[in-house]
Parts: sequence; structure tokens; C-alpha cells
Amino acid sequence: MSEESDILPTRQSMGGISDQLTGIPLYFPAERRWLIAMLFASALLLLLLVSAIELFARGVGIWGINIPVNWAFAIHNYVWWLGIGHAGTLISALLLLTGSEWRNSLNRFAETMTLFAVVCAGIYPILHLGRPWYVYWMFPYPATMGVWPQFRSPLEWDIWAVMTYLTVSLAFWYTGLIPDLAAARDRATRRGWQIFFGITALGWRGSARHWLRWSQTYRLMAGLAVPLVVSVHSEVSLLFAAGQIPGWHSTIFPPYFVLGAAFSGFAVVSIIAVALRSWFGLENLVTDDHLDVLGKVLLATGLMTAYGYVFEVFDALYSGEEHELQTLADRCTGAYAWTYWGAVIFNFIPLQALWWRLVRRTGWMLLLISVSVAIGMWLERYMILVTSLYRDFLVSSWSHFTPTFWDWSTYFGTIGLFLVPFLIAIRLIPMISISETKELLHEEKEEKHG
Amino acid sequence: MAEHLYGVLAEFESPERLLEATRQAMEAGYRDLDAFTPFPVEGLDRVVRLPRPTISFAGLGGAIAGAGAALLMQFYVNYDYPLNVGGRPVYAISAFAVVTFELTILFSALAMLIAMLWQNGLPRLNYPVFAAKRFHRASRDRFFLCVNAQDALFDERETRAFLSGIGALSVELVPK
Repeated sequence: MSEESDILPTRQSMGGISDQLTGIPLYFPAERRWLIAMLFASALLLLLLVSAIELFARGVGIWGINIPVNWAFAIHNYVWWLGIGHAGTLISALLLLTGSEWRNSLNRFAETMTLFAVVCAGIYPILHLGRPWYVYWMFPYPATMGVWPQFRSPLEWDIWAVMTYLTVSLAFWYTGLIPDLAAARDRATRRGWQIFFGITALGWRGSARHWLRWSQTYRLMAGLAVPLVVSVHSEVSLLFAAGQIPGWHSTIFPPYFVLGAAFSGFAVVSIIAVALRSWFGLENLVTDDHLDVLGKVLLATGLMTAYGYVFEVFDALYSGEEHELQTLADRCTGAYAWTYWGAVIFNFIPLQALWWRLVRRTGWMLLLISVSVAIGMWLERYMILVTSLYRDFLVSSWSHFTPTFWDWSTYFGTIGLFLVPFLIAIRLIPMISISETKELLHEEKEEKHG
Repeated sequence: MAEHLYGVLAEFESPERLLEATRQAMEAGYRDLDAFTPFPVEGLDRVVRLPRPTISFAGLGGAIAGAGAALLMQFYVNYDYPLNVGGRPVYAISAFAVVTFELTILFSALAMLIAMLWQNGLPRLNYPVFAAKRFHRASRDRFFLCVNAQDALFDERETRAFLSGIGALSVELVPK
């Protein structure tokens, strides 16, 4: 095999990888930068707290929502965050099953991203309830009023889908983490770390029998996680498509949403990959080849999402239905045309640079394109919600939506809710899978010698 | 004779060395073997003749239980509180599909995780091999073969000599 086919440089040793990756939590190398990032993230989290207190005290009227746009930032950001989360599972599970070697350097932090993105998504519907302390009404429990949740409604499906997704993602993440926690335990010298990793590693000792069962569990879980992702975001799209609102009531929605989710998620994975690799000097594990593949995947999912845009227009034109056509016209030229064209431009124009190999392999360029995609997908979710709702069937109820300060503060606050636990996770667990990178390194070396 | 011992632990440099040593140990007649490695070593299970793992059955059981629980729940709540929505059927399988699918996956994944930990005897705080001086490298870059004291052929001196003879970097007695 030639040097070209190796995704990891083979001139490193297994022990070196182990020391490098366990060393990040054990002997944290970037204290000052971490503190600055944490300060910023905590400020955002504080903003969320203040916004939530204000919301609980005064009600959802502090947001810009009203009839007819009664679903705005809450659901829009819910979909956006959840979509970002999906790429973590796809990278980790789908690529494990297809045997793509480049996943091994990315899966851990991508899965960690999934967990916290789903948490950010999950709090939005609860905030939106108006009376969030009644959230348990969503669950089937023998209520004194004799009422049960309505299982024929997508809104009820949603809670089951998201809870399942969070739980299974957590189980998958932890299963993959156990051997690495053991590696960190075996290298820890300070008492506190020994206790922490000693307990969380569950007594893992790398026995041949254990590895055999672990591998089967890990693969089967991956096999379950892939259809789970598709089902969860399809279900999210049904929140829209199952309604009759023009611009929502379309069969393209489930694949359109799933692909858009993967697209935005891969963008955020790229952002984190570039940031972490320069932050912790992980160029030997997250190589230019990794960025290259990420760029290609981003480009591919982006083009598929673009197909969704084209088909959405086609769908409206082909239906010939008056309200559908009007919504299409509103999207392109109405009061919120900036969201539509903003989405098209941010999502698809910078993306075209990824056709060039040099751009894909240059960290900061990939980072900028990814930020553009994250913004573009955010605008797309905004567009799908607001442009469909603000002028629906009943002309007398047409109205506009303008986000208020509290809309924005809640949204930026959730970025803090994402960053704070992510930054804590960086200090507690190995952010790249140790056992899997070592296994890959061994395979590469073996191919070279054999 | 060897009641105070858990076994003998031999350290090897690479997965290939470990595989070769395990093969030789099997040929020499040792049967109660275990290996400790930083990542799953391909082919080791065949050499040690480990049985195929049965986690998949736990997963299947979980899936069936999940699907059953979800369907029962949804049928029951619609039976107990039948709400006529525009004349649509109260027992609507197509509308129950999503929650049924999600719970199938949820129960299946959790069943597999629990089965994996259960069968592996985890979590546990301590295990005899952890007492070995060089064992911390089993999660780093070394590959260990352990001959259990329970093995019929086990003999403190001979087993040690045998393991040193097949190229172990170090050989250590592991107390119980």
C-alpha cells in the first residue's frame, strides 16, 4: 500500500497516541484559552437562564410569536439544533458500518456534539409550552382527569422520538467510551482522576471475551442508530408536513429535512474538527485527509439539500394550487424573501469552493464555509416556518413576525447551553477514540509490512 | 498447588506476537486462556476458541419487547380514551408506527448495552490482573496473554518457563 492510502500517518506509535489523547484531560494543555472560552460560554448560558426566568415569569408573550405565526424561534431552533446533532450519529454509526476508516478520528467529538445539540433542541419545546411545569402531561400516566396523550398526533410522536434519540445516542457514546476511560484510568496518577476514571471505566480490562461482546454490541447499536436518525428527523418533518399549511404539506419533507440535517451537522462537525485540531495540536490524528473527506461529504449533502430546494419549487408549481403558488411567491419576493435568498446564498454559494482540493484541505477555509452553511441552514428553518405561516389560507389573519430581544437572547443562550457542557467534556474525556485510532494505526502498519 | 494464584500473565509486543504465542499455548495443551489488549485483536477469538457472542439475541428480545410495549400502550390509551378526530379510526396502526419504531430501537439498544455489561461481569471495581505491575500497559500498547491457574496443565514454574520460551517480554505471577 502506498502512503496515499493511509489516513493516519504511520510514523506514530500506539503508546504515543494513547499518551497524547489521555493527556488532554489528565494534563490539560490549554488552560488559559479554555478559561476564556468557558467565560464566553458561561455568559451565554447565563443569558439563557435570565431569558428562561423572564419567560416563566411573564409567559410566551415576551417572544414575537402571535397568530398566525405562533411557531417561530422555538420550533425553528429546535429543528436546527436537532439537525446538527444528527451528523454526529451519522458519522459515527453509518461510517462504522461501511468501514470508513476516517471516522475513527472524528466520531467521539461528533457524538459528544450530538448529545449536547439534542439537549439544546429538547429544551425548546419545553420552553414553548407556556406552562413548562406541565411537561409531564406529554407522558402517558394515569391522570385523575382520565385523559391520555394523543398518539395519533405528530406532536406526541416527537417527544418519543427525541427521548429515544437522546437515550440511544448516550448509550452508543458511552459504549464506545468505556475502553478509552480505562486507558485514561491506567495512566492517571492523581487520586481524583484515578477515582473518576476508575468508576466510569466500569472495571474494563480489555479481555478478549469482553472485546468480542463489546464489538458486537457496538456494531449492532450502530445498525440501530442509523435508521433511528432517519426516523427522528423524518418525524420532525411530519410536524410540518402532516399539517395542511401551504409550503409544508409535501411528501418531499422527510428526505429534505434529513438531508438538511446531515448537511448542517457535517458543517458543525467540520467547525469543531478544525477548532479542536488547532487548539490541541491534533494534526497527526485529524489530518488534512480527514478535512478533505469532510469537505467532500459537506459538498455532497449540500447538493442533495439543493435538490430539495428545487423539488420544493417544482412541487408548488406542479400542484397548481393557489395557496401553494402564493407561498412560493411570498418566499421569493415577500417580506421574508431575505430568509429564502439568504438560505440559498449562505448554503450553496460558498459551498461550491469545496470542489477544489486545496480549499477542502485548508482548515480555515473549510471552517468559514461551514460557518456559512450553519447560518444558511438556520435561515432555511426560519424561512420554512415563517414564510408558510404568516400568510396562510385566511387572508384576514395575515400578519408578520418579528423576533424580539427575548427570542434572540434565548437562541444565543442555547449556544451557551451547547458550549458549556462541551467544554467540560473536553476536560473530562478523551475527545478522539483511543482504541479505534490505535486499531486503525495497527491495520495500516500491517498493510505496509505485509 | 496454585490456590493462591490467579494465573500467569505474559506480555507481548504486538498483536501478531500475541496471536502466535496464543496459538503455541493452545498447541501445548493450555485451554483456560485469556488475553488483554488495547483494542480487539482480529482472529484471537478463533485461536482461543471463544464461543460466538450472544448480544444479538438480547437485542432481538429488546426489540420485540419494545414493539409490544409501544403497541399495547397506544392501543390501550386509545381504547380508554377514544377521541373521534374527523371520523378517523381510533386504532390507527399507521399513526402508531412512529412511536412503535422508536421504542423498538430504544429497548433493543438498552437491552444490548445491559447484556454486554452483564455477560462481561461489569461494572466491577477490582480484578486480580489489575494487581500485575505491567498491566497498565494493556490499555496502552502491550498485549497480554494470561494462563489461568485453573488450567489442567497449569504449573507455576513450567508455565512461566513456557511463556518466557515463546517470546514474552515479561512474565508475571498474578495473585488471586
